[in-house]
Amino acid sequence: MGKILVMVAQRLALGLLTLFFVSLIIFLSVEMLPGDLAQELLGQSATPETVAAFRKQLGLDLPAHIRYLEWLGGIAQGDFGRSLANDREISGLIAGRLGNTLFLAGLAALISVPLALTLGILAALYRNTPFDRGINVFALTSVSVPEFFIAYILILFLAVQINWFPSISNIGPATDLFDRIYRSILPALTLTLVVVAHMMRMTRAAIINLMASPYIEMARLKGLSPRRVILRHALPNALAPIINVVALNLAYLVVGVVVVEVVFVYPGLGQLMVDSVSKRDITVVQACSLIFAATYVLLNLTADVLSILTNPRLLHAR
Amino acid sequence: MDKIKLLGELARSGQVDRRGFMTGALALGVTVGAASSLWSKTARAQPKRGGNFRLALGSGSTTDSLDPATFDSTFNQVLGYGTLRNTLTEVKGDASIGPELAESWEGGDGAKTWTFTLRKDVTFHSGKTMTPEDVIASVEHHRREDSTSAAKPLVDSIASIKADGPDKVVFELSAGNADFPFYMSDYHLCILPSKDGKVDATSGDGTGAYVLKNFEPGVRASAERNPNYFKEDRAHFDSVELLAIVDPAARTNAISTGEVDMMERVDLKTVNLLARRPGIIITETVGNQHYTMPMITTQEPYTDNNVRLALKHAINREELLSKILQGYGRVGNDHPIGPATSFVAPDIEQRTYDPDRAKHFLKQAGYDTLKVQLSAADAAFAGAVEAAVLFQESARAAGIEVEVVREPNDGYWSNVWLKKPFVMCYWGGRPTADLMFTTAYAAGVPWNDAYWDNERFNRLLVEARALLDEDKRAELYREMQMIVRDEGGTIVPLFASYVDAASDRLGHDEVAGNYALDGLRVTERWWFT
Repeated sequence: MGKILVMVAQRLALGLLTLFFVSLIIFLSVEMLPGDLAQELLGQSATPETVAAFRKQLGLDLPAHIRYLEWLGGIAQGDFGRSLANDREISGLIAGRLGNTLFLAGLAALISVPLALTLGILAALYRNTPFDRGINVFALTSVSVPEFFIAYILILFLAVQINWFPSISNIGPATDLFDRIYRSILPALTLTLVVVAHMMRMTRAAIINLMASPYIEMARLKGLSPRRVILRHALPNALAPIINVVALNLAYLVVGVVVVEVVFVYPGLGQLMVDSVSKRDITVVQACSLIFAATYVLLNLTADVLSILTNPRLLHAR
Repeated sequence: MDKIKLLGELARSGQVDRRGFMTGALALGVTVGAASSLWSKTARAQPKRGGNFRLALGSGSTTDSLDPATFDSTFNQVLGYGTLRNTLTEVKGDASIGPELAESWEGGDGAKTWTFTLRKDVTFHSGKTMTPEDVIASVEHHRREDSTSAAKPLVDSIASIKADGPDKVVFELSAGNADFPFYMSDYHLCILPSKDGKVDATSGDGTGAYVLKNFEPGVRASAERNPNYFKEDRAHFDSVELLAIVDPAARTNAISTGEVDMMERVDLKTVNLLARRPGIIITETVGNQHYTMPMITTQEPYTDNNVRLALKHAINREELLSKILQGYGRVGNDHPIGPATSFVAPDIEQRTYDPDRAKHFLKQAGYDTLKVQLSAADAAFAGAVEAAVLFQESARAAGIEVEVVREPNDGYWSNVWLKKPFVMCYWGGRPTADLMFTTAYAAGVPWNDAYWDNERFNRLLVEARALLDEDKRAELYREMQMIVRDEGGTIVPLFASYVDAASDRLGHDEVAGNYALDGLRVTERWWFT
């Protein structure tokens, strides 16, 4: 167990380093985009005079490295700063959006992970039957079409034609939990269709891979039922790759859903980040990208720890 | 059409119901959609109170704020101005100016001194009474030295503001301006509550029809009816909800499934499909919004007016109107004064597509053929790139080779407009001829995007501004429109209507065309029938 704690500490330290580099890269890329916040906010109605006044008020006339270091100093003390564009606290701005994003990701994960694992196991169990072929074709089709297309198909049938669910996710702070789920169901279904194939295929492949091992043959020869062979003997050994692919997909559900957010007008973090990039509101962009990067780091770490726990051999380097 | 009018009269007096009206109109050869919108236009019943009005806007960003100095899109304009606050004066449905927070006003000294008398019964949402100090602080908010307000050019002409008694505010201008009451209706110049000369610009407190309940920038805002609103015949909804839905497909879905009651900016490519859905009415408002193609007149070859005239004759306006706007608009006549402006001169001959005349002007300028580059991006307006390509085709017949340069949407206004010699652009339009000319055509102003400088025009502009004689003014503005049309550096091919879609349960009066969405006042002017 001690070894695991050491590894977690090491990985967290590396994660912090990663976050630092991410923030540096993001800062430099936004700096390289043409125009700055003053010009983008004022748009067509910018005059040289107002742009200059704007820059002075926000400190945009300072050199880039000074602005970056000031921001870094704030972050080190846990202060995300204020949005340059509307002077709101970034922590407050992000909190609600992050909550929405995590809610949608959680809902999609609750549907997709059990579904993918069950389908994967069933596919392995009934390998090469029409059932296996059928769900493979379905899953591969849904992962191959762009996600906005899936979203529009769902809207067409479930919202426009039979009117079961709303076509936009109008979620406010006062929306209660049941309403929230009801209004998020279409985006969650879209995301489910997008991620389920990857996890399902991995589960199926990992299990089938093990089915050729001698110990599985032994179990079969003992006369165990196929169900017992798969669930008790094959699955525990197949968990490591499955956990990894699940973690990757969960990270995707948090950080990669901006297209789905736009189609369903879902007020999540991705939309916030796109808005901020287009207006060059660099402090908000930085905060969002840190959250996204941290999500990846943490989920990967969790996946590794869980893989090791399911397979203690991984602790001992050979 | 007289029979339709008669039918409208009958409907208004209650002698014909909706069914009868529809049947009658159909028999007269009107389509179902048109008849339906005609019904809601002519036979508008008395405004009724109640309901929660949900409006989907095609703009809104997380960077929005409630400070009027930052209003740049319909979301914060409808919310911050049309719903929560008021201005001293108001542009009415017929494009004339009327009282709002000021009950009357008086110009003197060659239109240099303006005295506004304020209403006495007006309170802010917080309960504070509106005073002349609030008015002064609200204007100073845009006028002070370090102001970043887009309205700064509007208030630059004010030399001093002072209170005169408990209900009067006196503006001294540096030069006469007969349109000053119109200036005071600008959506930036909302009257805000103030304390010790400083306004509270960001809380959303105002005198307006609704009280702000919740505002998430870039997502939504909701507000409830102001029980103490000073206008008794307005603010019909119990509550309003504004949603920022930037994606046109998502907006269309929202209104098709009844998630919202009205959507702004219908996608013109699919407008005919949307119009077929029962319960939805497409509303078209002819406004002052127009598309322009400024040529920088200080750069070759645009220094020569013959070249500019050649290009003005080489564009096929009718084709652009039908292909880019699906007919929802008017052709432009190379001047920016729109049909919803005072002093528009409708008798000026319409310029048409004439490749031979274009060739003639090209020859006058000493060219046989001409190659120009036209910068375009959809940031200028939806369909700007297509419009540029259509222009390329029509100009070829006149011996002009137009190379369309596709520019990125991102940063278009800071890197392309005002910088590249020939670009696509749009203007939201201004309620008066003077404002439009002063903003973009007067010599030396920052947004004169053609860098155009015409001595006679500049002199007439200043002269007409200070005149109080309406007939004489109309004459001068007509001449200015002629000068811009024939010598200006800007092609104005199209006036684009505001095209929105609304539930047929909504009722309204004459719709103002000075800005989008009934002069941005849809939340206080419309009602559920």
